[in-house]
Amino acid sequence: MTTKTKKKTYNFPDSKGYYGQFGGKFVPEILIPAIQELEEEFNKAKDDPEFQKELAGLLDEYVGRPTKLTYANRLTEHYGKAKIYLKREDLCHTGAHKINNAIGQVLLARRMGKKRIIAETGAGQHGVATATACAKFGLECIVYMGEEDMIRQKLNVDRMRLLGAEVRSVTSGSKTLKDATNEAIRDWVTNVDTTFYIIGSVVGPHPYPMMVRYFHEVIGNETMEQIDKAEGRKPDYLVACVGGGSNAIGFFYPFIDDENVKIIGIEAAGFGVDSGKTAATMSKGTPGILHGSLSYLLQSEEGQIELAHSISAGLDYPGVGPEHAHLKDLGRVEYKAVTDEEAMKAVKLLSETEGIIPALETAHAFAWLENLMPKTSEDEIVVLNLSGRGDKDMGTISEYIREED
Amino acid sequence: MNRIQSVFKNRKDNEKLMGLFITAGYPDLDSTTDLILGFEKNGADIIELGMPFSDPLADGPTIQHSSDVAIQNGITMNRIFRMVQKVRKESEIPIILMGYMNPVLRYGVQNFTQKAAEAGVDGLIIPDIPLEEDGMIKEHAKKNSLDVIHLVAPNTSDARMKLADENSQGFVYCVSVTGVTGARDGDEVSKSVSRFIERVRANITTNPVMVGFGIKSYKDAKSIASNADGFIVGSALIDTIKTHYPNEGWQSELFSFVHSLKFGN
Repeated sequence: MTTKTKKKTYNFPDSKGYYGQFGGKFVPEILIPAIQELEEEFNKAKDDPEFQKELAGLLDEYVGRPTKLTYANRLTEHYGKAKIYLKREDLCHTGAHKINNAIGQVLLARRMGKKRIIAETGAGQHGVATATACAKFGLECIVYMGEEDMIRQKLNVDRMRLLGAEVRSVTSGSKTLKDATNEAIRDWVTNVDTTFYIIGSVVGPHPYPMMVRYFHEVIGNETMEQIDKAEGRKPDYLVACVGGGSNAIGFFYPFIDDENVKIIGIEAAGFGVDSGKTAATMSKGTPGILHGSLSYLLQSEEGQIELAHSISAGLDYPGVGPEHAHLKDLGRVEYKAVTDEEAMKAVKLLSETEGIIPALETAHAFAWLENLMPKTSEDEIVVLNLSGRGDKDMGTISEYIREED
Repeated sequence: MNRIQSVFKNRKDNEKLMGLFITAGYPDLDSTTDLILGFEKNGADIIELGMPFSDPLADGPTIQHSSDVAIQNGITMNRIFRMVQKVRKESEIPIILMGYMNPVLRYGVQNFTQKAAEAGVDGLIIPDIPLEEDGMIKEHAKKNSLDVIHLVAPNTSDARMKLADENSQGFVYCVSVTGVTGARDGDEVSKSVSRFIERVRANITTNPVMVGFGIKSYKDAKSIASNADGFIVGSALIDTIKTHYPNEGWQSELFSFVHSLKFGN
């Protein structure tokens, strides 16, 4: 049995960067040399012991890995069903999983001799992580951020600036993550010779979804080891939030071949999946091309991208990583959606029961426990990826609570 | 011989063909066909009709703006086809649809290529379909006799230029500078472009070459396209429309600008 489960059966992307029918590299010719060079360098770095040693050293000493696996005893008692564990990515330096990828890509940029770094950001966590990694390595850093997100996530804007990054406000379209990504790509097209684009999620043209997954796999690998140590077995359920889907893919990926582990990704339903104000790409989307890859998208009959809505800036994106689209079609991962309101309730519950204020993005995963837990039994184990801490969201959270009162 | 091949065949010695880009439905839905016919009368040899997309990531602010306006005006793929049909009643000017892949994919590639050909479209330029992905449109385009035009840029390798030549029909589109669309300082562009076009000429031997990005005057066109078969202007037209629309006479202002691009006056 052990040999059977250890055999790697899931093997994506293919050599062209496809996950089933999704993925690919839908970018202008100008960017092709850049993504080819990046793929070559990434493949070399993966096999280079020096690179691995440096990355591991930074993850240990600077990021603070391995992050803990915390048994959530009071949350477990609250539901009275399966045991709940939390993978504490909120304890990473800068407060979210995003730094795993930012550090990895900055090391690649340095290998490739690129001194100018650009990034897009929604909630600001990827922007902060990138600004942090750039500060650590003395690289120029420009972060594109939607004007609306700059208001919602002001604290992160201030953090990025303090870290020496230039934050460029994006005023086109919905003034959120989608438009910040457009603007970052335009910068890349213009400055492709000197500039390294650090994409913050498992989106974009190949090799980005594969590369970003690689830098986050550490989350799932540590979880597997830690839950084995705590419980002597694998979990029954994994739950994570999905915007572009980077924390989820890193958490899920090492478990994908083990069919006994049920995997659930939670999207943002906004006001509700059918409200027209939603970011539930998997539930409401259709296949399309945005930002260099083919995946599920929120779009009109005419193929125009629709504006997403979520109270959480990090999930407010009309697309999703192509690998998630593929995992949905395979039926390997179940994708569900929770509303702004449900997420906000989960913020309160986790804060009051465990003394942990989660990011609004992360709270979406916790909100699903309301549906999941009654179906579980006391001898089962649920692990949630606590992808980020909620300090950055205190403004939004306080305002929401005030409006409710 | 299709319409694109014909214009290149009938080109006079030393003549530079002029390709003009206009976003379908900009500045309003009704003007597009009149603009195309007016462009032809004033020296345009090829029309690139832009299919607006909400997220045009290879375009600068000018074409982004025109796309936004066109979408707000209610442009649809079927309306674009009807515009082409209307032009075809009066003109045989080659028309190439240019735009991003997503609206095409949403329409259905097979259906799209068939309807486009029926309407009288001659070719397609889809900037976010590089050679790696052109399997998505190639066969459908071929079946409907639509030319697929690939782009090359200053950072495109010799080997890829050859591939672009092999996989293109009609012409190859040379992007003069690495960057998004938009009018630029012509002198600066022409300085860097000559070596690039030399390399293009050495590697692209089957198809004619048109050069675009950054051309906004007769002088720019002369110098930037000196070693090419023709030039393409887009953003400078949109900028001109933006300046004059909807003032009385905005179309004649635009047409005299078009005339000056080709003939210098």
